[in-house]
Amino acid sequence: MDSFLAAVVSVLFYGVAYGMVLYVISVGLSITMGMMGIANLAHGVFAMCGGYILVTALAKYQIPFPIALALSFLIVAFFSVFLDRLLYKHIYDAPELEQVLFSIALIFISIAIARLIYGTLQQPVMLPEYLKDQFTFLGRDFPAYRVFIIVFSAILIATLWFGVENTKWGAMVRATVDNRPMAQSIGINTKLLFSITFAVGSGLAGMGGALGAEIIAIQPTYPFEQLVFFLIVVAVGGLGSLKGPFFAALLIGVLDTACKYWIPEVGAFFIYIVTIGILLWRPLGLMGKRA
Amino acid sequence: MSKLVGFQSNPRLKISELIPWVLALAVFFVLPDYLSLGAQILTYILFALSLDLITGYAGVVTLGHAAFFGVGAYTCGILSAKVGITDPLLLLLMSAIVCGLLGISTGLIILRTQKLTQLMLTLAIAALCFEVANKATTITGGADGLTGVVIGPIFGLFKFDFLNKTAYLWCLGILFIFWYLVRRLVYSPFGITLTGIKENKQRMQAIGVPVTSYLLKAYTFSAIIAGVAGALIAQTNQFVGLNLIGFEPSGEILVMLILGGVGRIYGAFVGPLVFLVAQDFLAKQFPEYWNLGIGLMLLIVVLFAKGGVLGIFDKVTVFRRSSK
Amino acid sequence: MKKNKFIQFGLVILSGLMMSVTSAQTVKIGFMGTYSGPGAAQGDQLDKGVKLFMKLNGDKLPPGVKVEIITRDDTGPNPDVAKRVAQELIVREKVNYLTGFVWSPNMAAIGPLTTEAKVPFISMNAAAARVMNNAPYMARTSFTLWQSAYPLGQWAAKKYKKAYTAVSDFAPGHEAEEGFIKGFKEGGGEILGSVRIPLANPDFTPFIQKIKDTKPEVIFGFNPAGKAATGMMKAYSDLGLAKAGIKFIGTGDVVTDEELQGMGDVALGVTTVHHYSANSTRASNRAFVAAYKKEFGENLEPGFMAVGAWDAMEAIFYTIREQNGKVDPDKTMELLKKYKSTTSPRGEFSIDPETRDVINPEYLREVRKVNGKLANVEIETLSTGIKDPMKEFDKKK
Repeated sequence: MDSFLAAVVSVLFYGVAYGMVLYVISVGLSITMGMMGIANLAHGVFAMCGGYILVTALAKYQIPFPIALALSFLIVAFFSVFLDRLLYKHIYDAPELEQVLFSIALIFISIAIARLIYGTLQQPVMLPEYLKDQFTFLGRDFPAYRVFIIVFSAILIATLWFGVENTKWGAMVRATVDNRPMAQSIGINTKLLFSITFAVGSGLAGMGGALGAEIIAIQPTYPFEQLVFFLIVVAVGGLGSLKGPFFAALLIGVLDTACKYWIPEVGAFFIYIVTIGILLWRPLGLMGKRA
Repeated sequence: MSKLVGFQSNPRLKISELIPWVLALAVFFVLPDYLSLGAQILTYILFALSLDLITGYAGVVTLGHAAFFGVGAYTCGILSAKVGITDPLLLLLMSAIVCGLLGISTGLIILRTQKLTQLMLTLAIAALCFEVANKATTITGGADGLTGVVIGPIFGLFKFDFLNKTAYLWCLGILFIFWYLVRRLVYSPFGITLTGIKENKQRMQAIGVPVTSYLLKAYTFSAIIAGVAGALIAQTNQFVGLNLIGFEPSGEILVMLILGGVGRIYGAFVGPLVFLVAQDFLAKQFPEYWNLGIGLMLLIVVLFAKGGVLGIFDKVTVFRRSSK
Repeated sequence: MKKNKFIQFGLVILSGLMMSVTSAQTVKIGFMGTYSGPGAAQGDQLDKGVKLFMKLNGDKLPPGVKVEIITRDDTGPNPDVAKRVAQELIVREKVNYLTGFVWSPNMAAIGPLTTEAKVPFISMNAAAARVMNNAPYMARTSFTLWQSAYPLGQWAAKKYKKAYTAVSDFAPGHEAEEGFIKGFKEGGGEILGSVRIPLANPDFTPFIQKIKDTKPEVIFGFNPAGKAATGMMKAYSDLGLAKAGIKFIGTGDVVTDEELQGMGDVALGVTTVHHYSANSTRASNRAFVAAYKKEFGENLEPGFMAVGAWDAMEAIFYTIREQNGKVDPDKTMELLKKYKSTTSPRGEFSIDPETRDVINPEYLREVRKVNGKLANVEIETLSTGIKDPMKEFDKKK
């Protein structure tokens, strides 16, 4: 029994770390999809960029880890503004199909560019020494880096939630997600708001990709491979919701880890069954707002 | 809104509609070395046709249509390699039945939901099918794929040769049959209703149309066609692999259809043709960077040529007519 | 003026005629590599092996004979694509040889094709053994999993009593698992459990954690080299298995030379059995590695896949030379069946006339630091010529 409990603890630990990373990456997608109704399947590109930025900063320029992490947020956020002004604005009001096609095109292009610059090998992450060791707690070993992921993400998420609940920006975001025409009619500049939110969301995705670089390998095909999981997190959590995807991401993370640990022969089968089940029970997601 | 998308009021066969068949037959005689690519293109046209029916005409966007394609392929493959059934027509029939059943059951699940939920469900179902194919190694071959697929001669007469001559004509014949059926369907009262549902579901419900029932029928028929396409590719290649099922091929076929032009039957012909030929050419010239080429091409289509290749064609036609 | 143009024109015609005469014998080799998708890292190795060979030995042909290499991308372990592309190479390009192939599933898919079309095929890497049974035109210059897994199992049983196996879930993985388990059990060892990890898996952690909790003495690993090797090693390191006293052993793929540098010091001490190590001091290897580094960069190590590619090209060129450029499929297979190489970077190897599979030397290696860099150091030669044990066992059944 004791070893079973110990196993459960481990599974929860790794599952939560994975889930946190998924959430940090996906929350931006949830908000932008809920806000502007854009099916941005290329969201994974931002996460991948963040990952590459971190890896390059650490390996090539020997930038200290915390700064590298901050850079992954800033550079991706800035880059997303650029993409928004240049490309995304053309498809704001396009039919759903066109948006899907557009984001897939972006994915293809980014895969090619990533390969051109970085080649095909998975990027090794040069973690600083102080993050490489293990903590021993109650007789189990926990890798320091995963502990860091959990703690850092928790702080990040708490800040985000606080920001959305208590700042003017947050209020405007919530209003626009709830009812865009109404928000516009009371004078909210939704276009500007969207650009800012898009930047924040994409920056977060970049940071999430960087944080999770050890768990989700940084390589050119990243946006395609991981898309399913990001979409599941958003759909199950609820489009436009801030907190729903959090629980969805944790659920996915823990479930995935548990399956791999106890029933590896079954694979990701379970996750999809659960996703289908939840979506049937709650079509708008666990905490969805929009129809 | 172009006249050529969606329901057409004049169902008579235009001369231009014979072009694809003439071309296809010409290819058979003029390009005998390219028949394996040709057979593949014909199969994907059938697949795209099935997607056009459900997405273009009925308005259901799906990121998981390759579930049916893949299940059709695996059904055919497993029945041949593991059970020993080799008659091609019988195998197509079995795939059609299995996919029809799958279509009904999944349709019942997803057609009551909306937009993103619906999209996600289609995705989850396709991913589920992929996992089953991936894990059930003893019957599907898993990551190694299903070898040992033996296909007997068609009607006992025409053997499948490795130059794919038989396969090409077989695919062409099946495509012709389903094209005819889909065309009839789309111009029938059933087709009108579908287009109406796509344009305004609520209004259709308000006038008493059993929307879900219509969608379910369309979805099931679409699943059957996709399944037959999958079986065809299993027969052509005599092999079934994991990349016929799941999210990636679903995304790919959607891209191919949109490229050609959605909701107009012939987009399903042009799209896969352009995509697969381009892929073939680019993969040859720049094996490392064909992704870039495809991505740019798609981007150009979205930004400047909405409505796909046939959309461009439309604009040209309209332009020429108005300048006369 | 007119006279100049006339001369120019004449020269052009003349050179055209000359070219058409001298290029009378072009032997076409269809090379199927992997350039896209997550498997591109392995494909890159094959590509480099071929390019290096062509640069250094591309002209070692009888006079008037040219070789044209037609490169294609199978996009990864995608048997569907591989089959279609191979078909095109045979039908459209009319290649005389087919080679390349990182992935065993792809090789399996084209077996019947090579038989029907009578095209000699040499696998540069794809290692699943049973694939070749009904394919008389297939040969291999790479390796089979049993060749390294089985002797490793026997060796491990002498030092350890309890093992757990972790392999990638596809044919080579299954064969590595079988081979190791057989060797290990024969030596009196006990297998605590076996797990098969999906081929396209980003995170080994949960699987390795489970293994840690089961407390074996040693974990036997196999993965298709490339990114998966780094992933598996990372999980082993992150979860502190070394500290818990669980040693890591495997076939050479798990510490593949081109990835080794990125694995970090945790890889020290990992014991593997394989037919090739970049660190080997053999003269033929030293020359190979030097040429490789000169061509591709000082920091790049060749791996066993680059060697497989190199050796396959050697074998193909040998058959071209022996037939004076007029290649016939059946004669080629006869020549291949008797093929022996003494100049391969891996040492001596030959092709088994009965099974057309490769007979390899196998070395026991340990990861150590050499001149500050990680390297697979050959500490013992387990065998100088081992046939594929699986086929031997199959025969006895």
